[in-house]
Amino acid sequence: MTTERITLTINGTETTLDVPVRMTLADALREKARLTGTHVACEHGVCGACTVLVDGLAVRSCLMLAVQADGAEILTVEGLAPDGALSPLQASFRAHHALQCGFCTPGILTTMHALLTAEPDADEERIRDVLSGNLCRCTGYLPIVEAVLAARDSYRRTEETP
Amino acid sequence: MKLPNFDYACPTSLAEAIDLLARHDGDAKPISGGQSLMPMLAFRLAAPSLLVDLRLVPGLDRITVDESGVELGARVRWRDVEADERLARACPLLAAAIPHIAHYQIRNRGTIGGSLAHADPAAELPAVALACAAEIVIEGPDGRRVVAAQDFFLGPLTTALEPAELIVAVRFPPWPAARRHGFQEFSRRRGDFALAGVALFFDEESGLIGNAHVAGFGIGDVPQRLAGAEAELNGRAPTLETFAAAARAAAAEVAPQTDIHAEADYRRALLGTLTERTLAQAAGLGHAA
Ligand SMILES: Cc1cc2nc3c(=O)[nH]c(=O)nc-3n(C[C@H](O)[C@H](O)[C@H](O)COP(=O)(O)OP(=O)(O)OC[C@H]3O[C@@H](n4cnc5c(N)ncnc54)[C@H](O)[C@@H]3O)c2cc1C
Ligand code: FES
Ligand code: FES
Repeated sequence: MTTERITLTINGTETTLDVPVRMTLADALREKARLTGTHVACEHGVCGACTVLVDGLAVRSCLMLAVQADGAEILTVEGLAPDGALSPLQASFRAHHALQCGFCTPGILTTMHALLTAEPDADEERIRDVLSGNLCRCTGYLPIVEAVLAARDSYRRTEETP
Repeated sequence: MKLPNFDYACPTSLAEAIDLLARHDGDAKPISGGQSLMPMLAFRLAAPSLLVDLRLVPGLDRITVDESGVELGARVRWRDVEADERLARACPLLAAAIPHIAHYQIRNRGTIGGSLAHADPAAELPAVALACAAEIVIEGPDGRRVVAAQDFFLGPLTTALEPAELIVAVRFPPWPAARRHGFQEFSRRRGDFALAGVALFFDEESGLIGNAHVAGFGIGDVPQRLAGAEAELNGRAPTLETFAAAARAAAAEVAPQTDIHAEADYRRALLGTLTERTLAQAAGLGHAA
C-alpha cells in the first residue's frame, strides 16, 4: 500500500500526516489527525455529513483523497469553536433546537458557515437550496433553516469569523 | 465502503499525464473533481491500478468567451461556470442547466471534463453539449482531435475516449442574442439526477421557428436529439398548439427503460410534459413551472 507524506493546515495549525494514497480526507481527519467531529456516513457523496472547508470552499471530505489536500487549508467543525466557546452559528443551532441526534450537524454547520461567509445575505430560498446537499433524519429541517436565518447577523457584522 | 487500493500520481503537464495513462494500458484513470469517480471507487465499480490527478496540469481551468463562442477547459468546475457572469449571455442554456447539477458542495469540486467523460445518461451537461452541437477537444498519445458531442456519447458511462486520451476542453458555438432557450428537468429531490429532462433552443425568423435543437436526457442510454420534435417545430409559429404537437412527437420517439427510479411509460410521459413546458418557457408563454 502506497503511503505519502502530506502537509496541510487544519484549523490554523500546520500538520504533517502520513496517509495511504487511497485514504479519503474524511478518514485522514478522523483517524490520523484525530478530529472526529467530521462525521462519515454514506462514504459516497450523498449525505453531506463529512463536509469540511478546503481553501474556504465547502466540500465532501469523503469524495476527496487526503493526498489531494496536500498544501491545503482545512476547516473542520472543531475549527468553528477553537476555544471551546460556541460560534454564533452554533449557538443559534442550540437556541433553535436545530439538532437532535447531532449526526448531521457538523456537515450542516460547516456548509452553512461557508455559505454565510460568502453570502451573508443569503435568503431562505438560497439557504434551503444549499441545505439540500445535507441529509438530516431527525429535525425536519425547519429549525435548521430558522437557526441559519437568525445567525446571518453575526456574519454581516464581523468580517472576521473563525 | 473504503476505497480499493491504487497508486497515485500528480503530473504537472498534460504530456506527462497522457504518458502515465498510456503506460498503464487502460488500467489507469484520470481523476478531476472526483465527484463521480470517488463514488465509483467506493462501490468497486472502478478499480484502477493508478489514479492520475489532473489538479496540477496547467491550462485546463480557463473559460474563454469570444466571437467564436465559449470554450471551457476540462477542469473548469461547476462553481466557476456559475460565477462567470459572461456565460449568461454567451451560452444561456449552459447557465440555465448548472443550478440543477448536484449540490453546493459537489459543485465546488465537480468539473466539466469529468462530467463529459463520465457520461451519465441523466447528466445535464452532456445534454446541453448535444443540444448546442458543442465540440469536445481531446488530447492523447497521437495528438489532438475534436469530436462532435453527437459522436461522443456512445452508451451509459461510455464515450469515444480511448484509455490514454484526456478531454482538454469543450467548445460551444456562438449564441445569437435573439435565440430562445429553455431547460427543465424533474427529479424527486433537489440535486438528484433527473428522471427526465429537456434542454432546447430555437431561432425565430419572421414569426416562425427555425433551427430547433431539442435534446432529452435521462430517457435512454445517452442524451438524445429529438428529431421528431424538431421537425414539428421548424417552420411553425411558436404557439402552445405547436408545442403540444412537438411534445407528442418527443414522447413517441424515445425508448426509456424501466428501472428502480421510474417506469418506462412514466418517463415517456414525463419527457412529453417537460418538452411542452420547456418550449413554453423558451417562448415566454407561461406555465413554465
Ligand atoms: C450526490 C451526488 C449527486 C450528483 N448529482 C448530479 C447531477 O444531478 N447531475 C450531474 O450531471 N452530475 C451529478 N453528480 C456528478 C457530478 O456532477 C460530477 O462532478 C461529475 O459527474 C464528474 O465530474 P468530476 O470532475 O467530479 O469527475 P471525476 O469524478 O474526477 O471523473 C469522472 C470520470 O471522468 C474521467 N475523467 C475526469 N476528467 C477527465 C478528463 N479531463 N479527460 C478524460 N477523462 C476524465 C475519470 O477518469 C472518471 O472516469 C452528482 C454527484 C454526487 C456525488
Ligand atoms: S459521508 Fe461524505 S457525503 Fe456521506
Ligand atoms: S439531527 Fe439527527 S440526523 Fe440531523
